[in-house]
Amino acid sequence: MQLIECPWCGPREEVEFHYGGQAHVPYPDAPAEVSDEEWAHYVFFRDNTKGRFAERWCHSAGCRRWFNAIRDTATYRFESVHRLDAPQPHATELARSRRSTAP
Amino acid sequence: MAELLRTHPLQAWSTALERLPDTVGITAEPFVAMAVVRLGAAASEALDAALPTVPNTWAQHGTGRAVWLGPDEWLLSSTTETPEQLEARIRAAVVPLGGSVTDVSAQRIGLRLTGARVRDVLAKGCSIDLHPRVFGRGNSAQTLLGQAGVVLLALSDVGDDFLVLVRASFAGYLADWLLDAALEFTPTHDS
Ligand SMILES: [Zn+2]
Repeated sequence: MQLIECPWCGPREEVEFHYGGQAHVPYPDAPAEVSDEEWAHYVFFRDNTKGRFAERWCHSAGCRRWFNAIRDTATYRFESVHRLDAPQPHATELARSRRSTAP
Repeated sequence: MAELLRTHPLQAWSTALERLPDTVGITAEPFVAMAVVRLGAAASEALDAALPTVPNTWAQHGTGRAVWLGPDEWLLSSTTETPEQLEARIRAAVVPLGGSVTDVSAQRIGLRLTGARVRDVLAKGCSIDLHPRVFGRGNSAQTLLGQAGVVLLALSDVGDDFLVLVRASFAGYLADWLLDAALEFTPTHDS
């Protein structure tokens, strides 16, 4: 079984964790003004990255805190985990790596 | 009208638990008052006591214990106060600072595991390293034991004394699971 590192509790078995989908999906600045289509994109549309992906996880059977992680969706390997109160390098870092690997 | 008597969730297991040898002793702890407090860094000061700020540790708190449950969340217990008294005392201290307190006395019951082999029993259903070198007195963990979520407290520096806090509705399941896990270390009578 894979061990996932909780930023508070350290490495724990993956059954203790709950997956929360893509991280850093920006909430619309003026939610009342977006069109139905834009709102649907915010609610339902997510990237389907192969490779490094910024995700939200919750240590639901332990400290019950949400945190962010960068995980490789092809190998399942967790590259790093970040507390919610820590600076979030993900977005820019991922964008940079995506650009550098683009054909 | 029938009188409602308070019974322990593990009353039906008491005979089976008493039969266990000292190396894998399991006893149901008496009821204690427990409360969950949510408050930022000011909590320690407000309660005039050192609350543990290191993740997954516990500390003595008056007659009871304070267990780290999260960066802003602690489980406090008291053996001398009633649940109402404990909640009222903590409420007076933390509410002015924007914190909150909830009486959770009826939520969990305690199982005390003592003996030289209880670490082996726990290891059958818990992936955490319980060796006293890394899980000595003062350490705690919220994790799964078997299929049940528990709060595990290390009470000894030699790994022979643990307190397992489990939700009351899971207590029967966990008692059965522990008895099964302890079977290997229980000598049979007619041999
Ligand atoms: Zn955790």
